[in-house]
Amino acid sequence: MKLRIEKRKDLPFYMNILVPVVSIIFSLLVMGIILLIFFQRSGMSWGQAFSETLSAYGEMFSWPFGNVYGIYQTLLKMVPLAFVGLGLSFAYRMKIWNIGGEGQLYMGAFAATWGALFLFNGIENKFLMITLILLMGAAFGALWAAIPAFMKAFAKTDEIVVTLMLNYVAIFWVDYLVYGPWKDPKGYNFPLTAEYPESAKLPTMFNGEVHVGIIMVIVLAVILQYVYSRTSWGFNSAIAGDNQKAAKYAGINIGFYTIVALLVSGAIGGMGGAVQMMGIQHRLQHGFSPGYGYTAIIIAWLAKLNPLAILLVSFLFGGLLVGNEQLQMFYRLPLALIYIFQGLVLFSLMGGEAIFNYRIRFVKERAVEE
Amino acid sequence: MKRRTILVIAILLASMFLSAKALKVAYVYVGPVGDAGWTYAHDLGRQYVEKVFGDAIKTDFIESVPEGAESESVIRSYAQRGYDLIFATSFGYMDSVINVAKKYPKTIFMHCSGYKTANNVGTYFGRIYEPDFLSGLIAGIMTKSNIIGYVAAYPIPEVVRGINAFALGIEYVNPAAKVHVIWVNSWYDPALEKEAAISLLNIGADVIAQGQDSPAAQQAAQEYGVYSIGYNSDMEKFAPKSYLGAPVWNWGPYYERVIKEVMAGTWKSEQYWGGMADGVVDLDISDLVPNTVKKLVSVFKEAIISETFHPFVGPLYDQEGKLRVPAGDIPSDSELLSMDWFVDNVVGTIPRQ
Repeated sequence: MKLRIEKRKDLPFYMNILVPVVSIIFSLLVMGIILLIFFQRSGMSWGQAFSETLSAYGEMFSWPFGNVYGIYQTLLKMVPLAFVGLGLSFAYRMKIWNIGGEGQLYMGAFAATWGALFLFNGIENKFLMITLILLMGAAFGALWAAIPAFMKAFAKTDEIVVTLMLNYVAIFWVDYLVYGPWKDPKGYNFPLTAEYPESAKLPTMFNGEVHVGIIMVIVLAVILQYVYSRTSWGFNSAIAGDNQKAAKYAGINIGFYTIVALLVSGAIGGMGGAVQMMGIQHRLQHGFSPGYGYTAIIIAWLAKLNPLAILLVSFLFGGLLVGNEQLQMFYRLPLALIYIFQGLVLFSLMGGEAIFNYRIRFVKERAVEE
Repeated sequence: MKRRTILVIAILLASMFLSAKALKVAYVYVGPVGDAGWTYAHDLGRQYVEKVFGDAIKTDFIESVPEGAESESVIRSYAQRGYDLIFATSFGYMDSVINVAKKYPKTIFMHCSGYKTANNVGTYFGRIYEPDFLSGLIAGIMTKSNIIGYVAAYPIPEVVRGINAFALGIEYVNPAAKVHVIWVNSWYDPALEKEAAISLLNIGADVIAQGQDSPAAQQAAQEYGVYSIGYNSDMEKFAPKSYLGAPVWNWGPYYERVIKEVMAGTWKSEQYWGGMADGVVDLDISDLVPNTVKKLVSVFKEAIISETFHPFVGPLYDQEGKLRVPAGDIPSDSELLSMDWFVDNVVGTIPRQ
């Protein structure tokens, strides 16, 4: 007897929705047990703890998805996640595993700050300034992805390791700048750069609540949807991802496609960094991203690399982050429990995916030999 | 006397009125409440006012909120949910507080350690340099190697001022001793703090002081069998064989005062900077410190409280030997708040652009 793991065939479409939903409900149940114990230990009776847990869950969904200010916050958190998620999808379609979203985001933020504070400082025209900074962000995101791209295309290095390692380089590069040469001269030696000039801040909507980055990311998703489904690039890159040999026979230049896929992937991530800077941060600082680049990997994957689905999943994840913040603020949950919860959600989503899409078969030895 | 009676009546009336609707008070913390340091001290203050006011107030808090733009959504959420008073307890929340305060003119914001105010934003801080100076007296006497280590957070005026006060205390009793500074560039990073302490211990430091939010430096000192001076709150239980004492915060009574003012409607935006005379800062001393030294410390403490002595009284020279404060002069508050130079017995540099 042998164990064999194989992909289930002919799964109905509704399973694509049902599996994540069931997985999330599972993680909520497990977290519910932890919350129940937490509340009971903080001096409540079991009954009180139970109703407190229910009310905490209510809070977690009603504020980020049901309250207008909560939705604004969710949208703000969604923007960087969606940008990087879309960027990653561009490479993942070719089964090129760019793990460097975080680094590309940081390089975009670095380039945006370079543009806003030094290169283009003095440009008063908002439209021109923002366009220039977006291009800077995209260029440096692409540059950062170019390193693994050329290494993969010409030396067959593994892009997973190279992109991952470059994340740390990018983060430390930003640290070097904000702790050193770019420190705000008027900032009392605090490790922050100076604030962006007014022309380098994104315009806002809804009474100043949400910056226009949300529109940019939606437009970008629509463009990518078109590219993936209607252009020869979309078709060829999907083939190259599915079957390299077939792609070669069809005359597709794999090296060229690899390089372009990673460059565009990085450019979109870098643009996300620039948007985050111009929309929210307005100055560069250590650790401005709480791991958006890594969360985006899971987002792209859960959305099955579909750009519009990436928007939706980023919105849900943004809401999860905002909802978790509310749990801390109003239910006194320690940050560590929040991390456990986020870990549980991701774990169940991936576990659910694996369990429902694959099955284990016991195969007799003879059958294998045949 | 009369004004006070009116005030008391006002508070009573206010609290009667508010018994129907409790004052909602929120605290935004930069570290975990269990950091045993800075955030822990603020949270003790929160627990104190919860006990004092009982049902008349409702407090909530959030821990480990990163400094910078990310903090805005948290402060915003509290304001939007109708919290009446929000304490933001780290320097890096300054811009977020000012931004949110513009949108919520009826909410009162108190920002700890910053310098920007508005009609509904006040700032508060303590003259922790006073107990810093006293802890320097102890360190200067207890050292044998004349090498004293200091694990420091960020090279900002607040921290520089504390190191200088500590060094001046040392100079008072032991002009031969030097303070060696290592920057951690974080308020709270126990692993890095411990490493920094160990590298100071390796150059022969036999007293370790610090300005961090965790007791990691104390633990390193205890492992090496030398004395240490903590920071923020009583850190004795983390290193009982090493801990000499610590400059500590006592926020409770101050928070009580602010909440009373807000309840009575007499709150006004101000920049509060209280010292040992107000009790907002103090020096915790352990029993490892000999009685004679304790007596010396208490003499200086009384002198500072009665304003017959100031830790920064001139002449003060910087590391290049330049006279910064002439003999007999005392730097103004604004000079203290922007201090960016080390006194002459500090070894280490303040990074610049």
